[in-house]
Amino acid sequence: MDNIILEMRSITKTFPGVKALDDVSFKVREGEIHALVGENGAGKSTLMKVLSGVYPAGTYEGEIHYDGELRRFSTISDSERLGIIIIHQELALVPLLSIAENIFLGNEIATNGVIQWPQTFARTRELLKKVGLTESPATLITDIGVGKQQLVEIAKALSKKVRLLILDEPTASLNETDSDALLRLLMEFRKQGMTSIIISHKLNEIRKVADKITILRDGGTVETLDCHEEDISEDRIIKGMVGRDMEDRYPPREPKIGETLLEVKNWNVFHQQHRDRQFLYDVNLNVRAGEVVGIAGLMGAGRTETAMSIFGKSWGHRISGEVRMRGKPVDVSTIPKAIDAGLAYVTEDRKQLGLVLINTIKENTTLSNLEGVSNSGIIDDHKEAKVATGYRSKLRIRSHSIYQEAVNLSGGNQQKVVLSKWLFTNPEVLILDEPTRGIDVGAKFEIYTIINQLAAEGKGILMISSEMPELLGTCDRIYVMNEGRIVAELSREEASQESIMRAIMRSGGKH
Amino acid sequence: MVADTSAQTIKPSIGDYLRKNIREYGLLVALVVIMVFFQIVTNGVLFRPVNLTNLVLQNSFIVIMALGMLLIIVAGHIDLSVGSIVAFIGAISAIMLVKWGIPAILVIPACLIVGGIMGAAQGYWIAYQKIPAFIVTLAGMLVFRGMTYVVLGGRPIGPFPKEFQLLSTGFVPDFLSFLNPAPDTIKNMVALVAVLGLVAFAIHAGLRNRRINEEHGTENEPYVFFVIQMAIIGIVALFIGYQLATYRGLPNVLIVMGVLIAAYSFLTTRSTIGRRIYAMGGNEKAAKLSGINTERLTFYCFANMGVLAALAGMIIAARLNSATPKAGVGFELDVIAACFIGGASASGGVGKITGAVIGAFIMGVMNNGMSIMGIGIDYQQLIKGLVLLAAVFFDVYNKNKG
Repeated sequence: MDNIILEMRSITKTFPGVKALDDVSFKVREGEIHALVGENGAGKSTLMKVLSGVYPAGTYEGEIHYDGELRRFSTISDSERLGIIIIHQELALVPLLSIAENIFLGNEIATNGVIQWPQTFARTRELLKKVGLTESPATLITDIGVGKQQLVEIAKALSKKVRLLILDEPTASLNETDSDALLRLLMEFRKQGMTSIIISHKLNEIRKVADKITILRDGGTVETLDCHEEDISEDRIIKGMVGRDMEDRYPPREPKIGETLLEVKNWNVFHQQHRDRQFLYDVNLNVRAGEVVGIAGLMGAGRTETAMSIFGKSWGHRISGEVRMRGKPVDVSTIPKAIDAGLAYVTEDRKQLGLVLINTIKENTTLSNLEGVSNSGIIDDHKEAKVATGYRSKLRIRSHSIYQEAVNLSGGNQQKVVLSKWLFTNPEVLILDEPTRGIDVGAKFEIYTIINQLAAEGKGILMISSEMPELLGTCDRIYVMNEGRIVAELSREEASQESIMRAIMRSGGKH
Repeated sequence: MVADTSAQTIKPSIGDYLRKNIREYGLLVALVVIMVFFQIVTNGVLFRPVNLTNLVLQNSFIVIMALGMLLIIVAGHIDLSVGSIVAFIGAISAIMLVKWGIPAILVIPACLIVGGIMGAAQGYWIAYQKIPAFIVTLAGMLVFRGMTYVVLGGRPIGPFPKEFQLLSTGFVPDFLSFLNPAPDTIKNMVALVAVLGLVAFAIHAGLRNRRINEEHGTENEPYVFFVIQMAIIGIVALFIGYQLATYRGLPNVLIVMGVLIAAYSFLTTRSTIGRRIYAMGGNEKAAKLSGINTERLTFYCFANMGVLAALAGMIIAARLNSATPKAGVGFELDVIAACFIGGASASGGVGKITGAVIGAFIMGVMNNGMSIMGIGIDYQQLIKGLVLLAAVFFDVYNKNKG
């Protein structure tokens, strides 16, 4: 049990403008379950991508020792050959192929390119038995639930002679029974000597299975806790995850709160694809003039879905409830109507949903309000250039001109272009979905400053963020969401990372 | 060694500018090179007035359809049905004109409306039912071709009344002949005056645009490029105008085509609809979340394509002087190829009207030149295919390098 199977030494990984990992060291003993925890963006997934060769050797600094030898993986197959298998949060299964085909995809049991189905099926049955599944190997992936799909992924890992299994948020989309089954399986594997690294937000589960817990924060290792030496409480873990100073990271603001602008009442929404599954339950929220309101919650809590369903019903199905602006019911059934009602929605994914990357800053800026720069359908080029130049200097977008294509901008500047676009529609309430995701600290500060300015101008801001310090540093009020419900509403004074986490944990699995 | 390079990086050099705009200038240069090449290998037949007139008449319908196709490709779709719409509209125009004796003045708008409905019918499935355009228009291609056979009963109908034929074989009458200084060589004064006027207008507008840009601090293309470009366009236009003037003057079709090219250039570069189509093709989800009604826009693009295909269908029928069930077979491919040679991107969001028009003329000059040289249809196809591949490879190569 005392063999160190994996040691990562002083790993530093930088992306343009962001240091994702800063001198991270991390040791795993053979046969243990090692949990990796930290807030979103703390660097957990990046660290695992460095380990598995997604980011090849040479793109990071530091050393990886596995089985006592220095390893330099240049592709995922390099690490897989040594038994390091990673199972990502988004499952990598092909829905319309069978279980057997998925397990041996890219690794088929074949002679001269002809697949040996009897062996494949026999092997699959063996593997499924190990993970406790009784499905026929010919069953299509799409016909089994998410929990079982997760187990198929594990069976696939077993087929590759796994020695170190890495699970990234394995239970995030599972219900309690499925989660328990998965955790029991991990403990079973541990008895057989397999090593696992589990990344999870669910601290109660971690306490149940982990031998060691390593906490990451802001791209650095905080500490490694040994669960056998002392009883580690959830509060102890949370403290490690969040403990940092918040001064100077957030520009100060004197809130001047006015009348209620946006009110959402009894908002019920069904899932976009799984149409019989209710996703949001009786969401009630409001935003007042000059107020910055946050929505906290874990991934999949329903925050983005709440925002998008309000914004022109751009997500979901069978939406019911009422939206009011300044006390009057408004029609938000299409995006143009929502914009007319005074709403703006800055999307979470600015590359896929926020910008037309191949277009210029100028064209992106005016996209939502072309009427504002045109006369009877004819664009006034110079007026448009003036508008774009105005926002470029107001929001301090760094580019050589407004004719630069959005694709060539840094994340922070791209986000400012998206903000320009929405500010030009002159909204009353801006919904900001993860406005600082993937941008560096300096640019974050600028975004917060813009948010403060907008609030000072009397706009209402509804901000969704997975970074709790950000919410605490900028918001006047915070709603906490979990599993499609608002589970707490905290004033600035009540809100703390502990109180938010507690609200989430307490509500979990109750419904 | 740390030389001050900042001055260079701030003001883009002519080399930088050329590199950035290599596609557009490259296309124009390619057209000129191809024209000169065929002029030489055909011993000067290509630019003879008769042939030049023919070149315009033969390619007008491809150019007209390329205008609509460009919008569809920019929007991120494709339309395979245009050849069949051409045939069907030719057929029903023949039935209305020849069999029922309805005057052309009523038949022409009626056919444009029918074409619009055919395009819209496909647009409905693509825009609102989210069926891929490739499949819907492939179905349309078969359905409309079948309908053509049904209405024609498998037999050609013709000939058309004179007034309808003017659509493709007519020329603008020479009402300025009293100005003609040399009636022996110049047969049509209107053509010459019109081309002169157009070139003068283009230079004036270009200069005016530069001045306004300067006032607003907008980047202009280098002055040298402006002059060279204007010189090439001016010389080519004047030469073609002169050649046409020594034959029968300006074909009516050329006027229709010119007006449409100008209108669609304007639509794509200056109007809100044009801008929205580019945004939609560049990133449909972002466009939708920006409040653009992407479904309606897609629907309009296909309806518009139907109208243009109907116009092309009538021009072709009038030119052949008969409606046949096989009219327009394979035209969709020429039209699509013109757009891609002209620099449109198959993934949407990129493409220019001028590119598509030049692309259509590159195809047209090659068709015409190779026919004059006596190259068989088999080798013509082979060569056109290679040119298409080369043009798109040039795009991809530039993109990867840049």
